[in-house]
Amino acid sequence: MTDTTLRPAKRSSWLRNPVVDFCIKQPAGMVALLVLLVMMFAGVFAEYIAPYDPVRNNLASMLQPPSWKHLLGTDPFGRDILSRIIYGARTALIIGLSSAFVGCTIGAIIGAASAYFGGKIDNAIQRCIDLMLSFPLIVLALVVVAVLGRWLVFGIDINLILAIAIPIIPQVARVIRSSALVIRNLPYVDAARIAGYSNTRIVLRHMIPNLMAPYLIMLTAYIAQAILLEAVLSFLGLGVAEPVPAWGLMLSGSASDFFEEAPWIVIFPGLAISLAVFAFNLLGDALRDWLDPKFKS
Amino acid sequence: MFRYVANRLLLAIPTLIGVAVITFFVLRVLPGDIVEAKLRGDGTTVTADVIERERARLGLDKPRSEQFVDWMKGLARLDLGNSMWTGRPVIEEVGARFEITFQIALMATLIGCFIAIPLGTLAALHRGTWIDTAVRVFAVAGLAVPSFWLGMLIILAMLWSIGTLPPLTFTPIWQNPAANLWQLIWPALAVGYRFAAVLTRIVRSSLLEVLGEDYIRTARAKGVIESVIVRRHALRNALLPAVTVIGLEFAFLLGGLVVTEQVFSLNGLGKLFVQSVARHDFTLIQGMVMLFATFYIVTNLVIDLVYAALDPRVRYQ
Amino acid sequence: MTERRHTPAAAVARDALGSPTIGEAVVAGERGPASAASAQPLLSVDDLHVNFATDIVTVRAVEGFSLQVSPGEIVALVGESGSGKSVSAHSIMRLLPRTGRIPRGRIMFEGRDLLALPEEQMRDVRGREIAMIFQEPMTSLNPVLPIGLQIIEPLQFHLGMTAQQANARAAELLRLVGISDPEQRLKQYPHQFSGGMRQRVMIAIGLACNPKLIIADEPTTALDVTIQAQILELMKSLSRDLGIALIIITHNLGIVARYAHRVVVMYSGRVVEQGDADAMFHRPRHPYTMGLLRSVPRLDRPRTGQLETIEGLPPSAADQLPGCRFAPRCPFHLPACDTPPPLAPTDTGGLSACIRMQDIAAGKLAWKRADAATWSDTPEETQQPVISVRGLTKHFPVKTGLLARTHQVRAVEDVNFAVGPGETLGLVGESGCGKSTVGRLILRLENPTMGSIEFGGRNLADMSRAELKAMRRKIQAVFQDPYSSLNPRMTTGQIIAEPLKVYGISSSDAAARERVTSLLSEVGLRPETAERYPHQLSGGQRQRVGIARALAIEPEFIVCDEAVSALDVSIQGQIVNLLESLQRKRGLSYLFIAHDLAVVRHISSRIVVMYLGRVMETADRDELCERPLHPYTKLLLDAAPIPDPKVEKERAPRLIKGELPSPLAPPTGCVFHTRCPIATAECRADIPALREIRPGHTVACIKV
Repeated sequence: MTDTTLRPAKRSSWLRNPVVDFCIKQPAGMVALLVLLVMMFAGVFAEYIAPYDPVRNNLASMLQPPSWKHLLGTDPFGRDILSRIIYGARTALIIGLSSAFVGCTIGAIIGAASAYFGGKIDNAIQRCIDLMLSFPLIVLALVVVAVLGRWLVFGIDINLILAIAIPIIPQVARVIRSSALVIRNLPYVDAARIAGYSNTRIVLRHMIPNLMAPYLIMLTAYIAQAILLEAVLSFLGLGVAEPVPAWGLMLSGSASDFFEEAPWIVIFPGLAISLAVFAFNLLGDALRDWLDPKFKS
Repeated sequence: MFRYVANRLLLAIPTLIGVAVITFFVLRVLPGDIVEAKLRGDGTTVTADVIERERARLGLDKPRSEQFVDWMKGLARLDLGNSMWTGRPVIEEVGARFEITFQIALMATLIGCFIAIPLGTLAALHRGTWIDTAVRVFAVAGLAVPSFWLGMLIILAMLWSIGTLPPLTFTPIWQNPAANLWQLIWPALAVGYRFAAVLTRIVRSSLLEVLGEDYIRTARAKGVIESVIVRRHALRNALLPAVTVIGLEFAFLLGGLVVTEQVFSLNGLGKLFVQSVARHDFTLIQGMVMLFATFYIVTNLVIDLVYAALDPRVRYQ
Repeated sequence: MTERRHTPAAAVARDALGSPTIGEAVVAGERGPASAASAQPLLSVDDLHVNFATDIVTVRAVEGFSLQVSPGEIVALVGESGSGKSVSAHSIMRLLPRTGRIPRGRIMFEGRDLLALPEEQMRDVRGREIAMIFQEPMTSLNPVLPIGLQIIEPLQFHLGMTAQQANARAAELLRLVGISDPEQRLKQYPHQFSGGMRQRVMIAIGLACNPKLIIADEPTTALDVTIQAQILELMKSLSRDLGIALIIITHNLGIVARYAHRVVVMYSGRVVEQGDADAMFHRPRHPYTMGLLRSVPRLDRPRTGQLETIEGLPPSAADQLPGCRFAPRCPFHLPACDTPPPLAPTDTGGLSACIRMQDIAAGKLAWKRADAATWSDTPEETQQPVISVRGLTKHFPVKTGLLARTHQVRAVEDVNFAVGPGETLGLVGESGCGKSTVGRLILRLENPTMGSIEFGGRNLADMSRAELKAMRRKIQAVFQDPYSSLNPRMTTGQIIAEPLKVYGISSSDAAARERVTSLLSEVGLRPETAERYPHQLSGGQRQRVGIARALAIEPEFIVCDEAVSALDVSIQGQIVNLLESLQRKRGLSYLFIAHDLAVVRHISSRIVVMYLGRVMETADRDELCERPLHPYTKLLLDAAPIPDPKVEKERAPRLIKGELPSPLAPPTGCVFHTRCPIATAECRADIPALREIRPGHTVACIKV
């Protein structure tokens, strides 16, 4: 019997750590990751970092331009903008991360199940997805928010998270379904079926791990979308309510009356939103490039 | 071909019915009452039977199923009913504002296409160079910047540079094209930038993929010039997925201009929708949702037809 | 060379579509341009080196490639994957990807160095003086442009023709390559043509500007063997009649034997031997050539015990071995092989890169003979068959067109066969014959429309999912594509251990690990392989893992669905031998599905031939190959070239007519009658039943 040779695994184990590998191969992604880490740090330790209380009104110092005292100026209620932005990071991240995670995970499960079972179940789910996609994104979110009202748990509005997650579900389901369909027709899934494994085992052990790549990419993309959507909803008054600091909220209401005289009250919150969304999108792109060649045989 | 279109339209009906049902019943679950808001909203006291009479007039006292049947009958006649707030027909309310929103959406789409297709192509052809990086940064930034914030920045820029704000009153394009465009170009730019960003990425990745295909290699082996390869061989294939995106984004824009209209103080569909949600104006909300859904379905059909026109594989079975 | 002007290429091409023998032309025609020796070579490649610059390392794809082609000559460039043959050809056209670099070498074409030309002038050469035909006809044509436009393009660019002139010439070209009704066809799109037709269109495009040289990169690898014969005959006759030199890149030694005047053999980026086709096949002067020739199973020789193989694996492109790159696998290597061997002239008039070529010439070095057959491979008819298929039928509903009308594809229609214990049944046919579907039906990956599958006394076709689970353990499969048949996210060890865990064959993790190691060694892999992921293994190694996975569950019956078709020739033999030894050891039965008749004949005891969903002929393997009865079987045997130029010269192979009918509308009566050389009106009437003409030999043909 021929003894076939193995090529030795070359690189040292430290370099094989995926995070390190990612940073080396995707420098833009590494930058994005750093930005996001800073953001998370700000969100978690806001109490220690922010120079002022974000919610206390101080009408004496309202609409002050940026100065050494208030690095980014103050808003129409005299609140320090820098502090509100730092606390706003917390809101954005919590809502963005949770709604994207809920939406993407549920969407992925539905998409994968639909692809795996095929036939009538698939058709039924497809129709539902098409139905949900007939509503424009914002319309859907608006309606959900209006219907569900507010439901605060530990100061977090669960219904807002659901309102943002729900429009995400059909979009993710559609993409994951098409990836899952490809996988389902691959020989190794056939081999698993021939071996008589249960459907659960096949979906969990053979299909889901191979869907991680598109899932992660969509997750980062939708975290970005979610943060944007939260900003939009807060702007419309349907998202986070005053006085909770939220970037979108900082752009609406009284801000829209005064921003022509005091542009700083909108420039900096907008920059914060843009930076966060930009970083998440960049991370998603870098992830996609990093995962691509390795998983293509 | 005619049969195909008819077939698709027929298939659309169940979807529309589904949308109608969901919208109807979801709205009825909304807390709050339009009559209360309208008559008592500004603090005036009104007696209970005035409220009852108003409710009866609007048909809100009937059982839900009856209200539903009434509405569905109206739909079949293409009568969307009257706004519960103003009393005017839904069609009239929507019609007045449709023009603005539609025009902005159209302009944004055109701006997006005119920017994205050349930029995306440029980035794909100069992959890996600074041009490519610049375009990609431009595109990712476009995705990141909220369009309403961009609108605010545009207004600020106008203030600082010219000293005036965009006009607030709407003049239709056939009355006074200059004034019309001068008003609407700014929101169109704000929204168009995002459109261009999304489209640029798609054009770029699609073209890159096509350039790696075997038939491009065949064209090169024939000695064809690179510019002809891109124009005649590559772009025609690469733009196919872009067509779908253009159509879908345009459809989404109609419903998604909500915030931008607010920033630019425009009296469009978005503003109307938000108002009607706040006021619980059921008929208006229902009517607008049905319109959005219909528009989306029609857009999908148009996309498929355009696709069939461009891609012979779809046309000839 | 006397040119056969009175047999214009068009007529020859038409003959290729008709049935009379091309053999006359082959035998009577000249073998090789007689004036080649005195003429200036048309193309002369000199010491070509090609590198690819990747992020990690520079890959030396081609080193020291040299080649001469005379006008009108047919040269075959032979090698396995990674040999650099494709890269060399692309370099001649300067069609390398962006990462390709040519640090050294000259390519002299008609007195000019192509590598020194500016891109503009090179563009003039491409498509006009030198044309190229690629491997995948399905993707090599632009799907959104009509065929006519794609043919006209080079005519307008290079020859400045007007649209009218170009269209006329395009129609003429289509006629030349044997496509009927060319004016209509010009307006059609690629997806409306079959694979074989698309390749003809590619040839037409190549011929458009009357090039002096056509490079064909694996032009028929993606086509069925009968279509392959049509296309290659066409190319050969065009080359002869129009005086076009041809470089054919292939890994199929049979094609080389039938068509080439001269051969260049490459291994791992280097030329290892070059020379006249006749000389090289009978008197090879390099161990790799010797090994390659011996490892190809041949239809004209009786079956030996085991396939002779070349041990080991080809080196990866990143491995930078000093000296002869074949040395690690060479049974004759010496320490002196560590220095790079030069290409030196041999006694047969060619070149060889082996320092021991004189020893080979003197006959001192002989390849080790494989073990002779020591087991009895005639099945005992008295035993109960392991699996017995009767009336197996499968129809697929398919929606076509914008209106989504549903049609039925008759993929498998009334198939009967039986496989005995310890036996291998070969299932052979071309694309669309339904052989893969039969495999899937037996594995219950699809549900049969009709018919029964008797296994272990029960009918698999009727069983529910729960009942099937018990049967699953007894039937397993090995698949075609080593790359997608293993879960990329699991290690080899996990893949093989999974069934052990699920079925409780191993009681603990430690027991499972032991079992995995023993299974790995049974398929010839080292224990460390268990830690590796599939993307770290080669194609042959992955296939072995697939076999180990199938064995882990202890089956009785294995369906091998094109199990070796995607592997290199030298690896194929290893896997075939492995499958056979496992069969002997464990008493397994196989259903071996493939399209390569030579390999099927080697491994099977009996063979079933299918066409368009039906069984055409069933017989013992030697009986089928030596005394075929059905016209389709005869055409299949004719179409498969044998790697021996002398034998090929004596053959007068017939070519099959026409194209495969659409499975949506199969012909009435005998499904083969539209392409059959002996069909008459009666053949259209009824579907012929399978009749036993000789003992154990059944045929579905009324003319026998």
